[in-house]
Amino acid sequence: MSLDRAARERLVRALAASMIEHAEELTSLDQAIGDGDHGLNMKRGFEAVLATLPGLADKSLPEMLKAIGMTLVMKVGGASGPLVGTFFMELGKALPEQPTRADLVAAADKAISAVKLRGRSEAGQKTLLDVLVPVQAVFASGGDARAIAAEAAQAADRTTPMLATRGRASFLGERSIGHMDPGSRSASLLIGAAVAALEFEAVS
Amino acid sequence: MVGNAVPLAWTGGDTDGGLGTNVAGILEAIEAAWSPAGVAILVDLGGAETNSEMALEMLAEDRRTRVVVCNAPVVEGAVIAATESSGGSSLAAVKRSAEEFYA
Repeated sequence: MSLDRAARERLVRALAASMIEHAEELTSLDQAIGDGDHGLNMKRGFEAVLATLPGLADKSLPEMLKAIGMTLVMKVGGASGPLVGTFFMELGKALPEQPTRADLVAAADKAISAVKLRGRSEAGQKTLLDVLVPVQAVFASGGDARAIAAEAAQAADRTTPMLATRGRASFLGERSIGHMDPGSRSASLLIGAAVAALEFEAVS
Repeated sequence: MVGNAVPLAWTGGDTDGGLGTNVAGILEAIEAAWSPAGVAILVDLGGAETNSEMALEMLAEDRRTRVVVCNAPVVEGAVIAATESSGGSSLAAVKRSAEEFYA
């Protein structure tokens, strides 16, 4: 897959827009079963990412992803900063400059493992992993952009009836049931934005 | 409670000054509390813990081995850690004392 500079910038803007546009929704979700800062944190983090354009898009894809990750770690704060930031940083570290699809799948795998380690968490605890893990399965088995985006949205929906056993929501016990996990919603939005932006590119 | 015997630093809030945590603040606090004996970090909630762990990864190698995050309640742990540390105890002993609350 070859992402030219324009495509890289499009990708960054699409990711940022998804968080900025949904900040209020993420805040509401996080007020229900968190500490209410997720929307604001992700918006702040991605506004900081936007502020590193145009230089950010001049970098190669792996370097760009690492830089995004670092900005998110430093600016998102909260519990999500290290998790989402780690995902981008590890993705960037694992990718060659012109990744094939197989490279992307392998890198995403490593990035997800890093998120699990960072958060000391697994799928099933009502966290962003409950989107990342099933989406990775679709991605790894050859799913196209549409299938990946659909799985991301459905996976986020599936967190709604879950009991949270990790993160701030776990303090609420059974009251966490019946609300979508905010980290899952933001993960599914980011994935949706990424695949929509990349749709313009031919996948090798 | 231990006077000026123990270098102490605190950090809290996100980069806008609201509720939360931020890695840069943690790094600055480690710097402010630094001495060759090292730094014991006490945190309130999970987000502070993960952000502290990220901060540790960003430290220079020779410092990283001398900073620890304690699995202890932030208030009681900090009091015990400061007391222990003012008596000249090692970083390992300070961490152990703080963590006895959850033992």
